[in-house]
Amino acid sequence: MTDATQNSARALDLRTRVEARLKARNASERRFRLYGRVAIIVALSFLAVLVGRIAVQGWTTFIDTQVTVQVYLKPERIDAADPSLANYDLLVAESVLASVGEQDDDYGEASGKVMDIMSNDLGFQLLRQVKADPSLIGKTVTVTGPLKADAALYFKGAISRSTDEADRKLNDRQLNWLDKLDKAGAVKRGFNWQFFTRSDSTEPEQAGVLGAVVGSAMMLLITAMLAIPIGVLAATYLEEFAPKNAWTDMIEVNINNLAAVPSIVYGLLGLAVFINGLGVPRSSPLVGGLVLALMALPTVIIATRSALKAVPPSIREAALGVGASRTQTVFHHVLPLAMPGVMTGAILSLAHALGETAPLLMIGMVSFVPGVPDGFTGAATVLPVQVFIWENASERAFHERTAGAILVLLAFMVIMNLAAIIVRRRFERRW
Amino acid sequence: MPSQRDDAAAQGPKIKIRARDVNVFYGEKQALFDVSLDVPERSVTALIGPSGCGKSTFLRCINRMNDTIPGAVVKGRIEIDGEDVNDKALDPVVLRARVGMVFQKPNPFPKTIFENVAYGPRIHGIASSKKDLAEIVERSLKRAGLWAEVADRLHQPGTGLSGGQQQRLVIARAIAVSPEVILMDEPCSALDPIATARIEELIDELRHQYSIVIVTHSMAQAARVSQKTAFFHMGKLVEAGATDEIFTNPKDSRTQDYITGRFG
Amino acid sequence: MFTWVALAALILFSGLSYFAGRRRAAGLQGAPVSLHSLPGYHGAYVALWAGVPAALLVLLSAGFGGPLGEVLVRAAPPAAISSMDAFQSDVFFDDALAMSRGQQASETVYEGPQKAALDAAITKSRLISDLITYGTLAAAVVLALSGAVLAYPRLARDFRARNRVEGWIYAVFLACSVTAVLTTVGIVASLVWESLRFFHAVPIQSFLLGTEWDPQIAMRTDQYASAGAFGAVPLFAGTFLIMLIAMAVAAPIGLFSAIYLSEYASALSRSIIKPLLEILAGVPTVVYGFFAALTVGPLFRAGFNALGAQLVGGEFDALGQYLMQVQNQMALVAGAVMGIMLIPFVSSLSDDIINAVPQSLRDGSLAMGATRSETVKKVVLPAALPGIMAAMLLAVSRAVGETMIVTMAAGLQAKTTFNPLDTVTTVTVQIVTLLTGDQEFDSPKTLSAFGLGLTLFVVTLGLNIIALRIVQKYREQYD
Repeated sequence: MTDATQNSARALDLRTRVEARLKARNASERRFRLYGRVAIIVALSFLAVLVGRIAVQGWTTFIDTQVTVQVYLKPERIDAADPSLANYDLLVAESVLASVGEQDDDYGEASGKVMDIMSNDLGFQLLRQVKADPSLIGKTVTVTGPLKADAALYFKGAISRSTDEADRKLNDRQLNWLDKLDKAGAVKRGFNWQFFTRSDSTEPEQAGVLGAVVGSAMMLLITAMLAIPIGVLAATYLEEFAPKNAWTDMIEVNINNLAAVPSIVYGLLGLAVFINGLGVPRSSPLVGGLVLALMALPTVIIATRSALKAVPPSIREAALGVGASRTQTVFHHVLPLAMPGVMTGAILSLAHALGETAPLLMIGMVSFVPGVPDGFTGAATVLPVQVFIWENASERAFHERTAGAILVLLAFMVIMNLAAIIVRRRFERRW
Repeated sequence: MPSQRDDAAAQGPKIKIRARDVNVFYGEKQALFDVSLDVPERSVTALIGPSGCGKSTFLRCINRMNDTIPGAVVKGRIEIDGEDVNDKALDPVVLRARVGMVFQKPNPFPKTIFENVAYGPRIHGIASSKKDLAEIVERSLKRAGLWAEVADRLHQPGTGLSGGQQQRLVIARAIAVSPEVILMDEPCSALDPIATARIEELIDELRHQYSIVIVTHSMAQAARVSQKTAFFHMGKLVEAGATDEIFTNPKDSRTQDYITGRFG
Repeated sequence: MFTWVALAALILFSGLSYFAGRRRAAGLQGAPVSLHSLPGYHGAYVALWAGVPAALLVLLSAGFGGPLGEVLVRAAPPAAISSMDAFQSDVFFDDALAMSRGQQASETVYEGPQKAALDAAITKSRLISDLITYGTLAAAVVLALSGAVLAYPRLARDFRARNRVEGWIYAVFLACSVTAVLTTVGIVASLVWESLRFFHAVPIQSFLLGTEWDPQIAMRTDQYASAGAFGAVPLFAGTFLIMLIAMAVAAPIGLFSAIYLSEYASALSRSIIKPLLEILAGVPTVVYGFFAALTVGPLFRAGFNALGAQLVGGEFDALGQYLMQVQNQMALVAGAVMGIMLIPFVSSLSDDIINAVPQSLRDGSLAMGATRSETVKKVVLPAALPGIMAAMLLAVSRAVGETMIVTMAAGLQAKTTFNPLDTVTTVTVQIVTLLTGDQEFDSPKTLSAFGLGLTLFVVTLGLNIIALRIVQKYREQYD
């Protein structure tokens, strides 16, 4: 056989062999690619379902149903000397009954049912008005306030008449009253500003996120003031000054491992060291900020180091070459150039700290705080913990609020992440 | 096996690869302009020219490796034995089984020496049995001149070899599939002179069986190993012809300048 | 209050010293020999000596002055209270300290000599606290003045003020990087210390090997506690089960996403999909917990109950009966949602690892005529395997330490089971449960949380160290 024929025979053989298997191989290629697609689609649909579900559960929180009632302040029921003793909720209930053309029965059953749909906020308003101006006793006063959460859920469609009467919170009689009030124009729907101007409450319709938002802000302020300077300086030291020796190696290994310590362990540290050891007040933004600062520190250090690494050595050589000291080189040239990266990392680690919950449970932040925290050492709650507290509440209306609070929390996360992206886009330099 | 010389004399140089009006674009940038070149069968064709002249780009057109670069567009016609390589119906997998490639930096897989060479036969289903596969591996390593050095450590990682050995391993890996064409993209640029000499010897032996296209930076190497040389400049094929001819009597002044070292 | 005023005064004084030092240095400036350092450095040098030592003293006194005074008051119990037991005398001193600070005391009524002793203790406490306050003040003034007075005359034309100031800066740098180490020391010390107290009450082997977990009952007597109500095995089993479920969800989806993103996706779809996955990673865990508890839990339960209703009466009657009783808080729910949380974690780590495999290996394989998937399966993945294993270990460590999802969606029943439809509890859930609510720090119940915390820390640290080692080795291979 000549070499040429041998060669072409060999080539032909190779082709037939390869082609014989080609179909199966291409099929397996398509299968493999499909697995990848499916994985991506599954992951992204989880995201869609998660966010979508919470939005569906929570958006009604931002709708407010206010009811306006004209209450006759019966002089025989209110003692002018001490107006706080009077039962204003009952007065409200009677006025509502009157407006729907009914009367209270002897057992107060009807008025009790009314109190289940009218928030006691209306009664509080009356008390405040009478205290401020006792001459109102004997007159008719108009008050506007929220419906009780269950009644609001009826207007939002979450409670429907088609459900068996025994299975829902409000019976037909109460729903009839609500319909009559609505027909009479006493019920107004609008944007729920109160959700942002009130703090936690035992009554869902009066609960808002103000206290939690302020608490989160105060805590993040402490975290930022500690974690960012300490983290940036530590990273600068390790990256620019530290000699390569066992000590700095140890610090480095340490930082990498700290970044992976479960957050709850930081909570235990805070409880044992800050609260029991140093006597920092429990539940305070101060102790929360300290714990989260320690938690955020490794992330800030790692982000800063990579930003510093991205500054080309030629910059350092140029500065040192004109006679700057190492400190001057770092503070005048390297750090300013690394700043966008540092800030991005810092914002992202603060965003992470904003969403952190577990360590805060350890340091007593689960308490009920019905107001804006009074100072850095006062009792406070923060947004994610507020979510946790409300999720634990059994009333259905609180679940709506929980989803609402999550939406507020997610909005803050989005804002912080956008800020990080903007910083990166605007100031990032490519070398 | 009859002598190669008789065979070549009987048939004359047959064209293995025929490229016509090849244009390549990387996004906005055009990297090759109207390149037309014939590559003769069972000989070594060297592509020379300054960095960025498009010689590697042309090489990667032949086995459609440009497909792996996002945004790369190849226009024109390249035929192997009269068959268009850019034909939609032709699976690049089949094409690449016929056209082997050796890269600038040795890139053995992080597997054993045996597994490196056996990889191609395995994925293409060439070996019919374990024994067959072992024979293919041995034959390929022998042909690549590496067998004597690695016979006793076939099951150690290929990454543990020296640079020159790694490059010969990669060549063995390529010929294990019995391709018809071998493309070499500056195969010696990462090697020391002694390793380079061994690879050049190997190329000289391989040309009796394979059609080889080699991209090289070294004028001396092109002169030593190739029978045909093509000079590229700024994405254009300036001149192509018998190696002796190009190096002794270039027609184009740019070729003259380049081979005498005035630029590049 | 005192602290803030003192610090403000110090900052003012330090600022003045800065300007004084700078002026003096500027005055020294002149031909032919110029200053070694810029005048600003001379100023800073004086300012640092004037401000920093005194400020440190003030801060120390603010942090430790109160506890120190307390120790001094308690150190010498008056004869009048020698009849009291330890608890009563504690209350006595608490009252004395509280009253000396004008705070609310307990309602204990003291009479006769005890009343006199109380008044004496109050006076003593006030005296000590005044001593500490004014002593600090005096010492701070002396420190600040002497710092400034000693530093000022050293300024001279050839004085290396810049180097001195940089020395201070180095000290600050060092202190900052030591904070990270101190955090670790703090974690280890607090966990070990409290755990030792716990293991004093409950032997370590019955904690690690005991199979019964019931901290509520154990509060009654220590004997019962030692008998094994603090056996953590059910918690470890529950943690392990939920981790397995989470990894069964996260590992394949995360890994395949990473492969698709790095090997197949176009630059455009990559730039859309990656940020979306990052959003999934940025969602706070409490949100996942809410989702698990109120959406996934009820959904799974309804699904299994309906399936059970189908099976009842048929061939699989027993299984049907079981499925109809499944509750919201099953391990499967917490595990699945945790898996969703881990997907972006696994995928971004694997993506990095896969991208670190050199392109030349892919080219080598593709040029042989391998298909993309063959290249991925036979070349890229084997090369990336150690790195991917490390990524999985890090994900496991995350899953083990994750708290909120399990707290909200898993149960409290300590059971050793591998049935994913059963209710289990985890180490982290128990830590949360033990430490929210009552905070009696010396009961074994509370201390056991630290025992659990120590175990958790050791396990996650171990996983992390192994993973980082592997990644390091892997990186070296391709550098």
